[in-house]
Amino acid sequence: MWTIIEQIFPYAIVFTIPLLITALGGLFSERSGIVNIGLEGLMISGAFASALTVNFLQDKMQGSSILWMGLLVAVVVGILFSLLHAFASINLSADQVISGTAINMIAMALTVFLARNITGSGNIRITSGFTPFDVPILSQIPIIGDLLFTKTYATTWFILLVLLVSAFILNKTKFGLRLKSCGEFPQAAQAAGINVVRIRYIGVMLSGALSGLGGGIIILTYAGEFTGSVSGLGFLALASLIFGQWRPLGILGATLFFGFASTIANVSQVIPELAVIPPIILKIFPYVVTLIALVIFSKSSQAPKAAGEPFDPGKR
Amino acid sequence: MRNTIVSLISIVLGLIAGGLLMLFIGASPIEGYTYLFQGALKNISRIGDTLATATPLIFSGLAVAFAFRTGLFNIGASGQMLIGGLAATAVALTFDLSRPILLIVMVLAGIIGGGLWAFIPGLFKAKFNVHEVVSTIMMNWIAYWTVYYVVPGYFKGEFLETESRKLAEETTLRTPWLTELFQGSYINLGLFFGVIAVIIMAFIINKTTLGFELKAVGFNRHAAEYAGMKVNRNIILSMLISGALAGLGGVALYTGNASSMQIGILPSQGYDGIAVALLGANSPVGVFFAALLFGILYSGTGFMNAMIEIPPELANTIIAIIIYFAATSVLIHRVLNKFRKTRSNSNDVDGPVGKKGEA
Repeated sequence: MWTIIEQIFPYAIVFTIPLLITALGGLFSERSGIVNIGLEGLMISGAFASALTVNFLQDKMQGSSILWMGLLVAVVVGILFSLLHAFASINLSADQVISGTAINMIAMALTVFLARNITGSGNIRITSGFTPFDVPILSQIPIIGDLLFTKTYATTWFILLVLLVSAFILNKTKFGLRLKSCGEFPQAAQAAGINVVRIRYIGVMLSGALSGLGGGIIILTYAGEFTGSVSGLGFLALASLIFGQWRPLGILGATLFFGFASTIANVSQVIPELAVIPPIILKIFPYVVTLIALVIFSKSSQAPKAAGEPFDPGKR
Repeated sequence: MRNTIVSLISIVLGLIAGGLLMLFIGASPIEGYTYLFQGALKNISRIGDTLATATPLIFSGLAVAFAFRTGLFNIGASGQMLIGGLAATAVALTFDLSRPILLIVMVLAGIIGGGLWAFIPGLFKAKFNVHEVVSTIMMNWIAYWTVYYVVPGYFKGEFLETESRKLAEETTLRTPWLTELFQGSYINLGLFFGVIAVIIMAFIINKTTLGFELKAVGFNRHAAEYAGMKVNRNIILSMLISGALAGLGGVALYTGNASSMQIGILPSQGYDGIAVALLGANSPVGVFFAALLFGILYSGTGFMNAMIEIPPELANTIIAIIIYFAATSVLIHRVLNKFRKTRSNSNDVDGPVGKKGEA
């Protein structure tokens, strides 16, 4: 049993990280008051951008710098895409769910359209992504070393750092408190002199940046190829956000849960102890649990109160 | 009238954006659109294919529009279509019945499957106030994985692991006379079901007490409750009907247009239903025409792709952009208002000023 856990752990972490960073992006957007169900599309745009960048540069340059450059481009493209959502939902008071759906559909269609035009097949392959490494010294610690510090990616540590910084920004800085106030009671925030439109723009753009990063990390760590989808991870990130009750540490727990659940489902067939459970049960498990969690949390939901509502300064 | 103008402007803007995309990849938009419309409407068999392509969209569009009327956003039409299609396929592959009875049972199975899949989110919404957008997304993925394992497990195809067994010709919605009439097209009875569904839904929404109550709940849930309507029951009922429509769409898609189910795909028609409903301004007749338009786009791009090197995903992109413009229709409304204002000002100085903030 122990060896199984030891084997699964690194994979589960790798799978968790894109989910975590995307859910964190969603957190910034929803905390500022803009529901963003376009996370899936933003992830796809980031995945596309990073795959294209790395594919373009890999013959010309060496080393991992092109991978980081790929991630940077993913972030920029994610932000650009999210501006569509920001403009629709902030300036035009559009229905945020519909606008988010449009973002998803535009990203899914446009990236494959462009990829097919560029490569012919619609898939973009990269020759090498980030390579896993054992953290020196720390990986020697018994138990924890095997679980947490072996076969890790540089991106994993980077994302955990982003998580910590985000938690700090949200809870301890002036900007974080302003952001949250815009999601709870924007009219009061405006009365207190906060520029609600600007804060919400930043929230949505952060969600674009982090989701794009998440999509890029999928390609550059475990996927290795852009195929036009991120298989619903954006929606799973959305579920993590709700499951984690719109708090950074909450979503860390939720994404770890989903990461492990998905990894176990993926490897169940090769591990005799798990092969007795029908795979369908393992696959639908995260979604069923989310539904149950939604029901349980329904009475005590910590959702930002103004999320999804267009900002109307005149409404009191 | 105004909605129609806004929809038409959205379509034109979407087509312009598609044209720009073609220019961007170095193709000629005029040539591209010529081939696209030729591919969809050039001869009788292509027209039949276009109508068949539009059929599942009629259902998913009706499903989304119907739920919209009650203020519910059914984003789970894809999953409901999958389950409806799976139920109908299972019936067709399992039972040995005479054709008319079999078709009736298949349709019923599709209605029940899709309805059940939407009933759960409806129940959660009514009883626990769980947002239907999130719960229907979860239901989509549960449907996806259900089909992923049930099809290879029980209805595995002869050659491919990833497909169900092919349905025999007489257990599908295709009929020889329609196929002959449209010269070998895959048009099928689904289209008639679609037209009937449009008529029934228009009747329910506009002429019945049920339709009135559903709309009332959509306009103002609290006012409806105050007026003595059973809000929770109406929410569940609306989702149930919406899911049943999507389930029927699944029947048309998997046992009419196609004759087997593939695993690992959430049908994009479910999401397109949102676009269809928006463009059709949530009215059944509007949905019908919007679905026809999307049918033209989808069935034409295959031919366009074969004639000149433009990827067929152009259709999806245009549709997605149309949704975006439909979602931001406030902008169009504003421009229209400004236009009307300047015109009325120049014609009649004392005339009423255009209404502001109508949307």
